[in-house]
Amino acid sequence: MNNVFVYCELEGKTVADVSLELLTKGRKLANELGVKLECICAGADLNGIESQVMPYGVDKVHVFDAKGLFPYTTLPHTALVVKLFEEEKPQICLMGATVIGRDLGPRVSSALTSGLTADCTQLEIGDFDMKVKNEKGEMVDKHYTQQLYQIRPAFGGNIVATIVNPEHRPQMATVREGVMKKEILDNNYKGEVVKHNVADYVSEADYVVKVIDRHVEKAKHNLKGAPIVIAGGYGVGSKEGFDQLFELAKELHAEVGASRAAVDAGFVEHDRQIGQTGVTVRPKLYIACGISGQIQHIAGMQDSAVIISINNDPNAPINKIADYVINGNVEEVVPKLIKYYKKNSK
Amino acid sequence: MSLKIVVLAKQVPDTHNVGKDAMTPEGTVNRAALPAIFNPEDLNALEQALRLKDKFEGSTISVVTMGLPKSAEVIREALFRGADNGYVVTDRCLGGADTLATSYTIAQAIKKIGDFDIILGGRQAIDGDTAQVGPQVAQKLGLPQVTYAEEIIDIKNGRATIKRHIDGGIETVEAPLPLVVTVNGSAAPCRPRNAKRVMKYKKASCPAERTETTPEMEALLKAKPYLNINQWGAADIDADLNQVGKAGSPTNVKAVKNIVFQAKESRTMTGSDADVESLIVELLSNNTIG
Repeated sequence: MNNVFVYCELEGKTVADVSLELLTKGRKLANELGVKLECICAGADLNGIESQVMPYGVDKVHVFDAKGLFPYTTLPHTALVVKLFEEEKPQICLMGATVIGRDLGPRVSSALTSGLTADCTQLEIGDFDMKVKNEKGEMVDKHYTQQLYQIRPAFGGNIVATIVNPEHRPQMATVREGVMKKEILDNNYKGEVVKHNVADYVSEADYVVKVIDRHVEKAKHNLKGAPIVIAGGYGVGSKEGFDQLFELAKELHAEVGASRAAVDAGFVEHDRQIGQTGVTVRPKLYIACGISGQIQHIAGMQDSAVIISINNDPNAPINKIADYVINGNVEEVVPKLIKYYKKNSK
Repeated sequence: MSLKIVVLAKQVPDTHNVGKDAMTPEGTVNRAALPAIFNPEDLNALEQALRLKDKFEGSTISVVTMGLPKSAEVIREALFRGADNGYVVTDRCLGGADTLATSYTIAQAIKKIGDFDIILGGRQAIDGDTAQVGPQVAQKLGLPQVTYAEEIIDIKNGRATIKRHIDGGIETVEAPLPLVVTVNGSAAPCRPRNAKRVMKYKKASCPAERTETTPEMEALLKAKPYLNINQWGAADIDADLNQVGKAGSPTNVKAVKNIVFQAKESRTMTGSDADVESLIVELLSNNTIG
């Protein structure tokens, strides 16, 4: 009762990185609240799955192992999470802001009438005051302690909102991969494993949607782990403009990322988007080319060790967090970076 | 076979194009200055609906939106592109709704429409980016859902075959009707307006938009009843007032902070050859680049 739960996402028999990141965060939240950390692993052939999650400080692993649970489909996973939550009454539930988490989370929250905040960039515990109606129908102040602050950029990233759900449980939040840090707590951490009888939770009728074909490819690039990221924005101007960034990236052994504006304009593929609704990166060098720096982009790169901004607008917001600001046009500056790197390296 | 199709659409502020005009002197966003647009992924959903209508003769498309009276603009836009009719769900008590209260309201409206085979909507709206309303509507109607759809490949024998995105790949699923599908922005773009339909529907409006009823307008509506866009309030959809608007929203906004960047000590330079070369030399010497 009242514990912190993480729904662990599985690709085959492997727990997704985003889930391990959430276990790390969930452990910290549970410590702060003085409660236990529990997690759900639902899939097929999950013998020994607990060894992947236990080191992150999980006190109880709920295993649902049945053939129909992988690949993921909405209804069986919703059914088991909802019923388990009705039994266990968690106070917090965290999920990845992945395709699965964003498919499952709202369905579960709707079934339980609980609040859900998507794509959080920070999670904290704190107090909240609100006016509520008392029995006489008067508005009175009510003080809530130990609430989950679900913090996310909103309104196209122009504001940051802190959301709370004081009257409903569980407090649900999704978080994108890479936003929280994954840290093993103790390789010998011992928690309990509960193997549930799936048929008690999922009815045959829940398996109505069939996956008839499925292709998962390893990512074409390693943006998340790249030590140097060259990111282009709308100011790069075209696909051809991005070719220059790829050329610079090749020289520096870097990866190319992009702002949402550049992705929306079709300059570069969607999977290279950096920011709140894309990938979060923490490289040692981030070169922002023609990126103005809306907060949802900043949210995905602000922890970069060194930031260079190349922009012809000296007032671009990103310049304020940059270590080096080059006032100039991307198409002129990038070839010079390539030229002088070639000249001075080795 | 003909299909009864419902498309969910939302009018949203164009948050992707926050220009300088939309910024106040304090550096915050003046929301009123942002143009209101048809949520982009809802247009992708409309296109999938129109393709089904093309394929299955006799199919009809009803568009449902919730918002201020002026959100009837998205209904008109959908009529221009090939939808058959629309419903504006508007009522003061619906304001301040989070995704859960919104999905309850929309589910009630769909129940009121009653007869449908497939419900299509955009994956998410650009003002919230939550992607929650589609699945929540599906849950409230007790229907299966397929999210992140790229293409509805076919419908036969009461089952839809749908290609959808998953993390790191794609999959094809088969799901029984009735069904809720949310469509991804990478799906086929929506066809443009049809000139004949623009002529036909340009004067369409919902009652709340017609602040003054002129005799001409009344005569026009009598002659062409399709120019009246259906408008429903909370009572029309039998909504429980505890489940709509602010009252029906579990989430509360504790604080909203406008973004002010903390200025770092930064070094500013020009794009001249000398400046760029000295930067490269510096980054090489401190091993930032190798």
